[in-house]
Amino acid sequence: MASFRRARRSIASGAFTIFCWAVTAVALAALAMILWSLLVKGVGGIDQHTFTMDTPAAGSVGGLRNAIIGSVIMCAMAMAMAIVVGVLAGTWLAEYGRNSFYANLVRFLNDILLSAPSVLIGLFVYEFMVAPFHGFSAIAGAFALALIAVPIITRTTEDVLKLQPTALREAGVALGTPHWSAIRQILWKSAGSGILTGGLLAFARISGETAPLLFTSLNEQFLNFNLTKEMASLPVVIFNDALSAYDDLVRLAWGGALIIAVAVLGTNVLARIITRERHPS
Amino acid sequence: MSVTDLATTERTRPRGAAFDPIFKWICAAAATTLLAALTGIVVLLAIGGWPALSRFGLSFFTSTDWNPVTDVFGGEGPIVGTLVTSFMALLFSLPIAFGVAVFLVEFCPRVLRRPIGVAVELLAGVPSIVYGMWGLFVFAPFFASYIEVPAMSAAQPGSLLEMLTQGVPNGANILTASIVLAIMILPYMAAVLRELFLTVPVQLRESGYGMGSTTLEVVTSITLPYVRRSAVGAVMLGLGRALGETMAVTFIIGNSHTLPKSFFDSGSTIASTIANEFNEATTPMYTSALIALGFVLFLISFAVLAIARALLGAEKAV
Repeated sequence: MASFRRARRSIASGAFTIFCWAVTAVALAALAMILWSLLVKGVGGIDQHTFTMDTPAAGSVGGLRNAIIGSVIMCAMAMAMAIVVGVLAGTWLAEYGRNSFYANLVRFLNDILLSAPSVLIGLFVYEFMVAPFHGFSAIAGAFALALIAVPIITRTTEDVLKLQPTALREAGVALGTPHWSAIRQILWKSAGSGILTGGLLAFARISGETAPLLFTSLNEQFLNFNLTKEMASLPVVIFNDALSAYDDLVRLAWGGALIIAVAVLGTNVLARIITRERHPS
Repeated sequence: MSVTDLATTERTRPRGAAFDPIFKWICAAAATTLLAALTGIVVLLAIGGWPALSRFGLSFFTSTDWNPVTDVFGGEGPIVGTLVTSFMALLFSLPIAFGVAVFLVEFCPRVLRRPIGVAVELLAGVPSIVYGMWGLFVFAPFFASYIEVPAMSAAQPGSLLEMLTQGVPNGANILTASIVLAIMILPYMAAVLRELFLTVPVQLRESGYGMGSTTLEVVTSITLPYVRRSAVGAVMLGLGRALGETMAVTFIIGNSHTLPKSFFDSGSTIASTIANEFNEATTPMYTSALIALGFVLFLISFAVLAIARALLGAEKAV
């Protein structure tokens, strides 16, 4: 009787072990397949014109130059806004607000904003900046991206500041430094790599975002540096091209998808390397 | 500074101390922008959607008549489509994510543990438009010719299978959309669950093994009870992601506003409807109806995310 029960237990556990191995294999295979088809089709979509020419009309030769530059401009503007606001907000949560009611409220809302559907951020910015001024613009697009990046930076800034030893703050006080100089010159410096990691993660996140740009910066056929006008971006161009009926546009969309994926994965890897050097595990 | 100096000068405030309160206010203002942003989203979506909500009232939620020509909008199709695809995606990916997380914590050979763990976390960051393109160009044609067509031709007329598989066999339907969504949230959920499982103290698990428990028993009676609350929170976070996902779904769901009648029927979600139609909305009522849909999505995902955060607890949030 006892040995029968033991056999049943070990069979159940063995089945569970096989299940875990199997689903992991299936999951990794599926994801590897996605990356593989991205690589194959993406490389096929990139040629010498991809980086030197603008959006083509269907049937003619063209590239992604305007979209790539547009993406870089809007992401850079968004990051400039998001780093200032995010680092200051994170500093407030960690150093001033701490466990007050208001700080907990902000923290909760920040977490909601962190995973809020990005298409709604796009709708919000449309209502807030596009509709009142009667025009899609790169500024509106950058603003929408910044709204997605800020919560990430706020969260990581707060987390790394909280990890800094109290002795650092006390050292600042002992030297007679005003609180804000201590934060600036001691805490921010020692938390620097952590904050940078947060910034990189935020950058990786926004550089692949499509939905918030659809109704804010729209799209533009040509290279354009006017920030108050529509501006092309890589994700939006991919979205439009992929849904078009033309094979060459679809090919271009795959090339663009590969470029984005490489940029995003590269940034993520960089962020990991920075964290690992600082906190070897 | 000499002794006489110290005697003659009063103890002055350090240079720059006057800026202290100003800096504090600047930081507080930055924190308040977060509050303002979320409030702004709620208020502007509510205002923008109000014309449609007030004109169609309850029928906005109970009618599937989405007709831009006659300016009549009922959002039941996209709302139900959002819920159905998200829950189906969760149903598909939860057991797999759970298995992967357990594998990484319990079974994985030491050499592979780090590479697979890192791979899972990196995949969680791949932009969703990549998953969308794969779904549209690779998965949908495959699914149509190897699963849909055989299933539909095998179905007896009048049988349950026929009811569940009716539709156009082009791969763009709610089932494929759910599967692509499931693949997309899988690395994310697996990474979060793995983090949670790693918080279980090793002593607890080892004492389980010491008592002679099998791996299955350790997982079900030690690991899972230990992380129960947070695990539900992690699952809700995954659900929140699926609810608001736009690009992975828009490509592949087929974009029809009727209620999906079978697994192979095309449908739509709130996010895909907004992404597809917002820039083509010609009348103010059309725009307002789309924003009203956005408002509904906001309420749904706010509720899901709020519950998730409450369960996860502030310090464990990912």
